[in-house]
Amino acid sequence: MAEERINAEQVKHVAELAKLEFTPDQLELFTGQLEKIIGMFEELSTVDTTGVPVTSRVSDRQNALRDDVAVQSNQRQALLANAPETAEGLIRVPTIIDESGDGE
Amino acid sequence: MDFFNQDLTSLHADLVAKKISAAELTQATFDNMAKTDAKVDAFLNLNADAALKNAQAIDAKGINADNLLAGIPVGVKDNIVTKGLTTTAASKMLENFVPVYNATVVDKMLANDMVIVGKTNMDEFAMGGSTENSAFKVTKNPWDVSRVPGGSSGGSAVAVASGQVPVAYGSDTGGSIRQPASFNGIVGMKPTYGRVSRWGLIAFGSSLDQIGPMTRTVKDNAAALNLIAGNDVHDGTSSKRAVPDFTAGLTGDIKGMKIALPKEYMGDGIDPKVREVIQNAVKQFEDLGATVEEVSLPHSRYGVSAYYIIASSEASSNLQRFDGIRYGFRAQDVKNLEDVYVRSRSEGFGDEVKRRIMLGTFSLSAGYYDAYFHKAGQVRTMIIDDFNKVFNDYDLIIGPTAPTPAFKIGDEISDPITMYMNDVLTIPVNLAGLPGMSIPAGLADGMPVGLQLIGKSFDESTLYKAGYAFEQATDFHQATPDLGGTN
Amino acid sequence: MNFVTTIGLEVHVELKTNSKIFSPSPVQFGAEPNANTNVIDWGYPGVLPTANKGVVEAGIKAATALHAEIEQETYFDRKNYFYPDNPKAYQITQHEKPLAHDGWLEIEVDGQKKKVGIEEMHIEEDAGKNTHASTHSYVDLNRQGTPLIEIVSKPDISSPAEAYAYCEALRQRIQFTGVSDVKMEEGSMRVDVNISIRPAGSDTYGVKTEMKNLNSFNYVKKSLEYEEQRQQRVLMSGGQVQQETRRFDETAGQTILMRVKEGSDDYRYFPEPDIPAVVISDDWIHDVQATIPEMPGSRRDRYVNDFGLTPYDAGVLTQTKEMSDFFDATVAQGADPKLTSNYLQGDVNAFLNENKVDLQDTKLTPENLAGMIKMISDETISSKIAKKVFKAIMAGSEPVKWVNDKGLVQLSDPAQLQPIIDNVLENNQQSIDDFKNGKDRAVGFLVGQIMKQTHGKANPKVVNKLLMASLQAR
Repeated sequence: MAEERINAEQVKHVAELAKLEFTPDQLELFTGQLEKIIGMFEELSTVDTTGVPVTSRVSDRQNALRDDVAVQSNQRQALLANAPETAEGLIRVPTIIDESGDGE
Repeated sequence: MDFFNQDLTSLHADLVAKKISAAELTQATFDNMAKTDAKVDAFLNLNADAALKNAQAIDAKGINADNLLAGIPVGVKDNIVTKGLTTTAASKMLENFVPVYNATVVDKMLANDMVIVGKTNMDEFAMGGSTENSAFKVTKNPWDVSRVPGGSSGGSAVAVASGQVPVAYGSDTGGSIRQPASFNGIVGMKPTYGRVSRWGLIAFGSSLDQIGPMTRTVKDNAAALNLIAGNDVHDGTSSKRAVPDFTAGLTGDIKGMKIALPKEYMGDGIDPKVREVIQNAVKQFEDLGATVEEVSLPHSRYGVSAYYIIASSEASSNLQRFDGIRYGFRAQDVKNLEDVYVRSRSEGFGDEVKRRIMLGTFSLSAGYYDAYFHKAGQVRTMIIDDFNKVFNDYDLIIGPTAPTPAFKIGDEISDPITMYMNDVLTIPVNLAGLPGMSIPAGLADGMPVGLQLIGKSFDESTLYKAGYAFEQATDFHQATPDLGGTN
Repeated sequence: MNFVTTIGLEVHVELKTNSKIFSPSPVQFGAEPNANTNVIDWGYPGVLPTANKGVVEAGIKAATALHAEIEQETYFDRKNYFYPDNPKAYQITQHEKPLAHDGWLEIEVDGQKKKVGIEEMHIEEDAGKNTHASTHSYVDLNRQGTPLIEIVSKPDISSPAEAYAYCEALRQRIQFTGVSDVKMEEGSMRVDVNISIRPAGSDTYGVKTEMKNLNSFNYVKKSLEYEEQRQQRVLMSGGQVQQETRRFDETAGQTILMRVKEGSDDYRYFPEPDIPAVVISDDWIHDVQATIPEMPGSRRDRYVNDFGLTPYDAGVLTQTKEMSDFFDATVAQGADPKLTSNYLQGDVNAFLNENKVDLQDTKLTPENLAGMIKMISDETISSKIAKKVFKAIMAGSEPVKWVNDKGLVQLSDPAQLQPIIDNVLENNQQSIDDFKNGKDRAVGFLVGQIMKQTHGKANPKVVNKLLMASLQAR
C-alpha cells in the first residue's frame, strides 16, 4: 500500500471544518474507518475519465424559475417559537468570538 | 385488524359500501399497532388523536368513490415533515422538533383523505441500511425479529410487512426503499428523480433523494404513487412531465417485453441463494412471454464509491444547518458560539451521520475535490451512459435488489464498508435518477428476497406492468410473516 | 525604489426586486426583525430554494451595463461556512459558471481615460444581520436571501484614485440600469478591496492585503492610499507583506490588522443540486436588454448634440439616473433644455443640498418645472416672479394656475403699460428734467416707480422701450 491516505491530524482538520469534535478514542476509530473507506474510493482513480463531463444533477428541468412576486409567510411567531433562544423578535446566540467568520 | 388479507381495492370497496367507516378502520389500525408494533418497533411517533379526528371528518363528508386512498391509514417515514407532528429523522438533533409546514407529499395525502397514523423509524437522517442507526429504537424484521428490516426506510417497510398499515411512504437515496422492501417481502418503488416533490423531505443527498411508496401489492403501489407524483412549484427539480395513471396497463400481459439482466448483478458478491431466486424469476418472465438477455453495466461496480462520495458530500452540506441556533438540539452549558456549533453537532448526531459528514467534508475539501468529488461526478456520467446503452435495446432491467437476505441485528453495524456494499445493486439507479422497484421474488432460508426492476427515466409504468404480471403469476406477495400468532 | 501598485475590487450590489433570490419573502427595508422571513430563509429541514426569474433578468441588465459577456448556461454553487447570519451554513452563489464574465468599465483620472477589466459578475444571496452585544449576538434574517450581484475587477487598477473612479463608474452604470439604488450609506453597494505592490520591473504580483466593507468611496481611496504607503514602508525596511485582512479606522485614517490569512479559506464549493441550470437564450437576452434604460454616455452625447448643452453640463445632469430622467421628462414637456439644465443644477440642486433630500423625495414634478420654464421663455412671468413660482412648485403647486390665481402674469401689452408710464411721468417732473440734463440715473428711478405701480408684473423690456420713447417725446 502506498502512503497513508488520511491521518489523525487530517481527520481533526476535517472535523474542524464540519464543526465536530471527537474524543481521542473516537478519533482513532474514525481515522481507521475513514482510512478504509477512502481506500475503497481510490478504485475510482483506475477509471479513465479523460474528457468525461461531470454529472451534478439528474433533473429533467432547466430554467426552473419563479416569477418575482413577494409572498408574506406570516410564519415569524412559529419560527421564533422553535428557536432555542430569542429576544425581542431576534434569534439569540452566545458571543461570537471570531468575528471574521463571514465568508464574504 | 391487520392488512394481510385485504388490498386497497377491497378496503376501498368496504369503505364505499360502509361496511366499515374510516374512523373504525383507523381505530382498528391503532388497536392492532398496539399489539404488533410492540414486537417490531416500526413506529417512532403515533398520530392517534389527529388521525381519528381526520377519519371522522372524512366519514362526515363521505368516502370519495373515485379515490382508492380515501380513508386509508398510512405510515410516513420520519424524515418527511408533518406540520404540528414531531418529525425527528430518527436523530437526537431533532428529538423534539415540531415542523411548521407540511411536505408536499403530506399535503397531498391529507388533501386526498389519507389518514396519517404515525411516523416510521429509520436510520438517522436516512443514513444506513439496517435502521440500526436510529437514535431511538431498533426496528425488527417481522420475518425474524433477530434480523434487521433493512434501511433506511426500515420502519415504513416493517409497518407494511407486519400488516400494521396497507401503505407507507419512504425515501430512497441509494436503496433505502427497495432494500428494506426486499428484506421484508413487500413492494417498494423509488420513482424517477423529479417524479415526486422533495419539498419537506429532510435532505440527505439532494441529487439522489426521492420519496416513494411501500405496499404489499404492485397495484396498491401504483395507486400510492399516483397520489404523490407530479410537479411542485416548491421543488425546482420536480418534473413538469404529465403523470400517467400508473394503475392503468396492469393487464398481466408482457409478451414481447425485452428484459435485460446485467451480468454484474449476478456475480460472486451475490449470495447464491439470492441468485437462485433471481434465476427462477428470469424463467418466470420468459414463461410470461418476455425475452431476457444478459447485458453488461461495466461501470456499476464503481457505483458504491461514487455514491458514497457524492451522497456524503451533499449530506455534509445539507446537515450543516443543524447548528443549534434556529431549531432542534442545542448542547447545554455552552460558553460561546463555537461551543454551540461543535457541542450541539457532536452530541446531536450519531456515529454514522458523523462518518458521512466527515467523508463528505473531506471529499469536498481543498486538495481533494478533484480526486474525489469531481472524479465521482465523472464516473456517475459513465454509469448513466451504461444504462442508456442498455435502454436503447431493452424495456427494463432486472436483477436482485440486495446481495443477501436480511442479516442479523448487530452483525454489520461495526463494519461500514460491508454495510455500504448492501447498496451495490440499488445505488446505480439513484446515480442515474432512474425508477427502480423491488418486488417479492421468493424466500431464501425463510427470509424474503426481492427482485429489482429498473426502468427508463419516467417509465415507472413499465415497471408496474412487468411487476404486476410477475406478481399475478406467482404467490410470493401473499406470504406473510408469522409474528407469534398475531395473524 | 519604485513600486507598481495592483488593486482589485469586489463590489456587492443589492438588487431591488420584490422577492428574495431563492424564496418568495419580500425584499424590504425597515421591517420588524425576522418579519420578512419564511421557512426557506431560516434554512428549515426539508426546504428547497427556487430561483427568482427577476434576479436573473436584473443580472442580465447589470452585465450588459458592464459590457460583460453573458454565460448562456449558468448554474449555482454552494459556498460552505458556519455563521449565525448564514442559516443553511452555506451560501448559494455562483462559482464555476458565473452569470457573466469579461466586461469592462471606462474610468477617467486627471483627464486620462482607461478601461478597467471585469473578471466576472455573478448573482448570489445576501446573509442576515448579526448585532453583537457583550455576552450575546442577535440575528435578524430579514436580509437573508436578498439578491446580490458581485462584480470582481481584473487586476487593472493601479492607483487609489483609479479605484475611486472605478467605484463611481460602476455605481453610475448600475444605477442607470435601475436594478439597484446602489447606495453605500444604505448598504445596497458594498466594496471590498485588495492591494499589492511590487518593485517596478518585477512580473510577479506582491502579497496582497484586503479590506472589507468600506463605507464610502472616499474611504476606499484613503484606505488604499494608506495601505500602499504602509506596504512600501514594509518592503523598503526589508520586511515582507503578510497576507492579511485589515480594517480601515476612519478616525485615525489608518488600516489595522484584523487577522492573518493562513492559506485560503476552505469553502468546499460544489454545484447546488437543488436548482437546475439556467439556460439563457439570445432571444431572452435581447428581450431583457430592450428594457434597459439609456446609459449615461449615450445621454451625454444626446444632450450635447441635440440640446446644445456643454459637455460639462451634460456630465452633471447624468451623474444620477434620477436627475437625468428628470431632465429628459422636463424637456419632453416642452421646456427649454438650457434653462432646464440651469434650473436643475442651480436652484433645484441648492434646494436638495439645503434640505438634504433626493430629487425623487421632493414634490417637484417635471410637468411643473416645465410649466414654469415655459412661462419664463414666453415672458408670461419675469425672472423676478419666477423666484416666487419656484418656491411654489417646490411645494407642489401647479405653476400656471398658481401664477393666474396670484395675478402674477407679466404686463407686456403697451396699451396697458402706456397709461401707467404717462401717470408716473406726470408726477415726476423732476426726473424728466434730470434725464434731459443727462442724468441717466433718473431712468432707473422711473422704472422702479412703474414696477411699484404694477406690483413687479411689468415686463422690464417693454417698460424700458416705452419709457425711453415717452421721455424723448417730452
